Amino acid sequence: MDWMFFGEISLAGLAMGGLYALIALGFVIIYKATRVINFAIGEIMMFAAYLFLAFAGGMEMSAWIALPLAVIGGSLLGGVIEKTMIRPMLGESPISVVMVTIGIASILVGLVEFIWTADPQLLPSFLPREPVFIGDLYLAPKIAYGFLIGSAVLIVYLLYFRFSRGGVALRATASDQAAAYSMGINVRRVFNMAWVFGSLAASLAGVLVAATGGLSPQFGIIGLSVLVVVIVGGLDSILGALIAGVFIGWLETVAGAYFGGEYRMPATFLVLAVILVIRPYGLFGTHEIERV
Amino acid sequence: MRIGDAKQTYEADEAIWTTSTQKFWFGLSLLFLLVFPFMADSYLLYLGCLVGIAVISTTGLNILTGFTGLISLGQAGFMGVGAYTVAWLSVNTGLPFPVTLLLAGFMAAAVGILVGLPSLRVKGLYLAIATLAASVFLHFIFAEWESVTGGMGGLSLEPAHLFGWSFQSDFMMYFVIVPLAVLMVLAAANVFRTRIGRAFIAIRDRDISAEILGIDLLRYKLMSFALSSFYAGIAGGLFAYFYRVVTPESFPLSMSIFYLAAVIVGGMGNLLGGILGAAFMTLVPEALKLLTSALTPFYPNAPVFMSPMLEIIFGALIVGFLIFEPHGLAEIWHRIRRFFHLWPFKN
Repeated sequence: MDWMFFGEISLAGLAMGGLYALIALGFVIIYKATRVINFAIGEIMMFAAYLFLAFAGGMEMSAWIALPLAVIGGSLLGGVIEKTMIRPMLGESPISVVMVTIGIASILVGLVEFIWTADPQLLPSFLPREPVFIGDLYLAPKIAYGFLIGSAVLIVYLLYFRFSRGGVALRATASDQAAAYSMGINVRRVFNMAWVFGSLAASLAGVLVAATGGLSPQFGIIGLSVLVVVIVGGLDSILGALIAGVFIGWLETVAGAYFGGEYRMPATFLVLAVILVIRPYGLFGTHEIERV
Repeated sequence: MRIGDAKQTYEADEAIWTTSTQKFWFGLSLLFLLVFPFMADSYLLYLGCLVGIAVISTTGLNILTGFTGLISLGQAGFMGVGAYTVAWLSVNTGLPFPVTLLLAGFMAAAVGILVGLPSLRVKGLYLAIATLAASVFLHFIFAEWESVTGGMGGLSLEPAHLFGWSFQSDFMMYFVIVPLAVLMVLAAANVFRTRIGRAFIAIRDRDISAEILGIDLLRYKLMSFALSSFYAGIAGGLFAYFYRVVTPESFPLSMSIFYLAAVIVGGMGNLLGGILGAAFMTLVPEALKLLTSALTPFYPNAPVFMSPMLEIIFGALIVGFLIFEPHGLAEIWHRIRRFFHLWPFKN
């Protein structure tokens, strides 16, 4: 076995996993606050990446202006979706809410094809291009810098949700909505903010992933990988999202490199199936006890 | 206008048709279905066959999702199992089509039971994700098990045949698909008059209460999975005979979502809703195609926008129905009926 090759593949996989962790974090924030499993997260990422393409490519802005604009656009989209389509579904069965997010995903794919056509696109490159070496192992620069930006934002998020008022409000809402409301927390605002911040994380990751792998209306498929990540980690666990994100990213890349691209999805879904059978609530998720 | 009818026996209460008006309309629709192929042109016949297949599959998913409350994102995968069974049997054995179709149903049912096994431990959305995993695996098997499935190229098969007849044209296929669809919907309606069907509904309403009432949850959930995927298998088998080529890409995840959408748009837990939803969701893209070709002389690039418009309309239908009309087309249908029942009194 070629350890050098394995090391490089693993490194690329771990870096990709860092981005998965960021997306999964966005997913978990949304789930914690509103109990919505967001099947449209891949499409929100895609939309933000296309916004970046429009700002940086179409309007020829500097990438460092286009990136924040695209991310803000993506988070606003999240906020609007919550206000207009998720809020009316409050109290409906989880199946219905999930189907709404699937419908939103379809609408977003259609919109993107409508505006930017269905052809694959390349994002203007904005990350440094010198190859990165960690020890002797080579890592593609786009992935390396994507990982760096992603983890920096991830750490900011973790600190924010641990220590700020907003983070406490989110956690309070997650544990008991009525109690949080009676303590003066504006629960509706928390719902909305959770979607905004969740979409913000996803949007940033969307631009970074699209910068490494290109962009097309099928980009949203990545949402399925993220779904695996959050189920394996536990839907309401931020720690689980981080660990499972890195692990699934690594597994996917290694399976793809050794067995071929068609093995990527089955490999991760195999892990998903095993987790569903032995620990349905995920590695770190809360085990919900049903009371009659 | 109809005067209230008092039911005097339990049989009358459980009957599929409670009034003679309903029998009359059912007979009339059967007559229409019988006459339709002789009047319709080839395009309408093609649509009729598509709707028939969709009705079978949607009814199957309705049994599972609408009546038992188990969400499945694997319907397309089960249809694929049925389609590949039919394709493989007709390439390798040359059995007549009623046999292959039946075997396709049983094969899909067996796979359905396997996929349903986790349903004892996980429920709700977790189950949906488990079925999603199953459909990923099934797609992988379709694409990679080349000696049986023909890999990415898929399998091509001969037209269905029986007693020396060859069901090559859409006209002939119509007389296979539509009677089967009617039969299978009626069979489903009858299931819900039995203990099994009532057990399904009890599980949907509250699984814990159902278990306390003495319903073996695992057994009935698996039964629902088996029945639902049996329907999917038959629909898939008909799909194979209709298109006469089966590839892994014939049964994408978006197809599972399509059927779930048909169940929701039609009305969950309502067989009539399933029929309406299947027909509606199949015909909307076709209507859009007609509209596009009508617009092309005025806007030459209308066809370019068709596929994105279709995605947007598909999504908007799901979101719109769930927010504004959660009981689906069936509810609209009932409202129309109520209007006629109460017609002279309610202004």
